[in-house]
Amino acid sequence: MSTAAILHVAAAVLLAPLLQGTMSRTKAVFAGRRGQPLLQLYYDVWKLLGKGAVYSRSATWLLRAGPSVGLAAVSTALLFVPFAGVRALAAFSGDLVLFAYLLGLMRFFTVLAALDTGSSFEGMGASREVAFSALAEPALLLGLAALARRAGGFSLSDCYGAVRLFDFGPSGGLPLLLIGSAFFVVYLAENARIPFDDPDTHLELTMIHEVMVLDHGGPDLAIVQYAAALKHWVLGALVTGILLPVRTGRVAIDFAAALGAMFLLAVATGCVESTMARVRLTRAPQLLVSATVLSGLGLMLILR
Amino acid sequence: MREWIDAATALVVLSNLRLLGTSRLLACVRIVAVQGILLALLPLLSHAGDLTLRVALQATASMITKGIVFPWLLTRAVRGADVRRELDPIVGYTPSLLIGGALLGVALWLGWRLPLPGSTGSQFLIAVSLYTIMVGLFMIVARRMAITQVLGYLVMENGIYTFGLAFAEKEPLLVEMGILLDVFVAVFVMGIMIYNINREFDHIDTDRLSELKG
Repeated sequence: MSTAAILHVAAAVLLAPLLQGTMSRTKAVFAGRRGQPLLQLYYDVWKLLGKGAVYSRSATWLLRAGPSVGLAAVSTALLFVPFAGVRALAAFSGDLVLFAYLLGLMRFFTVLAALDTGSSFEGMGASREVAFSALAEPALLLGLAALARRAGGFSLSDCYGAVRLFDFGPSGGLPLLLIGSAFFVVYLAENARIPFDDPDTHLELTMIHEVMVLDHGGPDLAIVQYAAALKHWVLGALVTGILLPVRTGRVAIDFAAALGAMFLLAVATGCVESTMARVRLTRAPQLLVSATVLSGLGLMLILR
Repeated sequence: MREWIDAATALVVLSNLRLLGTSRLLACVRIVAVQGILLALLPLLSHAGDLTLRVALQATASMITKGIVFPWLLTRAVRGADVRRELDPIVGYTPSLLIGGALLGVALWLGWRLPLPGSTGSQFLIAVSLYTIMVGLFMIVARRMAITQVLGYLVMENGIYTFGLAFAEKEPLLVEMGILLDVFVAVFVMGIMIYNINREFDHIDTDRLSELKG
């Protein structure tokens, strides 16, 4: 348990909402607008936390449990994420499977809470969310399997500890690029960004994540939004850990570079959102299947 | 150099997957052209140290035919037939991608299990050549349009070319040029055929060609 690992958790908890602010600012710059303040999500969360909660009379405890379980799951997942080449706070052999299923647990409870309200719109969103994440999971797990094989250890910290920048060996470079791009697609899909879902739209027929939280209000919505920001951070750290692993040996420099990479990823996501249109709902699975195939190709290149 | 060869072969694999997943005919033609150019680059990369005139000539010839002449002929056929995309293939695009992924696994397994005598290239190159042949065959079986079937044929030829590349350090010039000429004539004839079929029947759907007219 090192100071840097504790610092990473603190940075994630404090800075995660800022990532979304960076994304929306990038989009605003692209569109020629001034855009909302960088700290908008903090204001939103603060405002919502001060409000009272309203629950539908027909809903059960599942609706109330959804946001809290989601936040708990994603915070636990955060403890397993290595950052800047430093081992994570918690790491044991096989934690990458636990990591994948903590995210799965979060999704499961969001879906349950959405179904619990009995709204047909939310049911639709839930069905889409489950369909997409069922396709995103193989991409993530195959990629993690490749990294584990490469590093010879079944812990996320082992996997990411073995990644180096400018590594053009037979199991570096190309396979890492393939897995990194597959993870980027998974990151976009899991965080409900364009090209899978448009976070700005409020049209029921196209939303996925937004539609599932329609019945949450007040502190619950604050928790949902904050958990979504944390999930951004967690998956973003997986992407930047592969694509931009700066390892100089000095922890301070590495840490600053990794933080910079996170915000670079946020800007890149903003650019993707500004230049691409959301793909048709029927085409989205094809993108995810391509990501799975990319991960699989990376795994085969490493196995060879 | 080994890394560059690996990168080129991996790009060939990715182009195969892209081909399986796209429905736009012009995009398909372009992908096959890129694949042809990548494969023509391979002998140049593997002979980078001892580049002879013959290797350079062979690579240039196949680059020009596969990268410029075939795309031009096929683009003309696509424009002439006035179709932009294949809407109703026998196997859909997402299943095609999944099958493509499975075929890749089979090809790599076969590539490992098949240590060829006298093979000079890497086992990976053999696997990729088998994969390219399979994808070409799959395209011919799973698509309805004459154009996409011609593309499948071209991809299959690309695979055979890669196989030769992995198998023999230097292919006899005559054999190489003969194959290239054969393919050229085939694509030339097929391009004209597609144009004429389209003019006669107003479509290039090969499934409907089995019924007699009148």
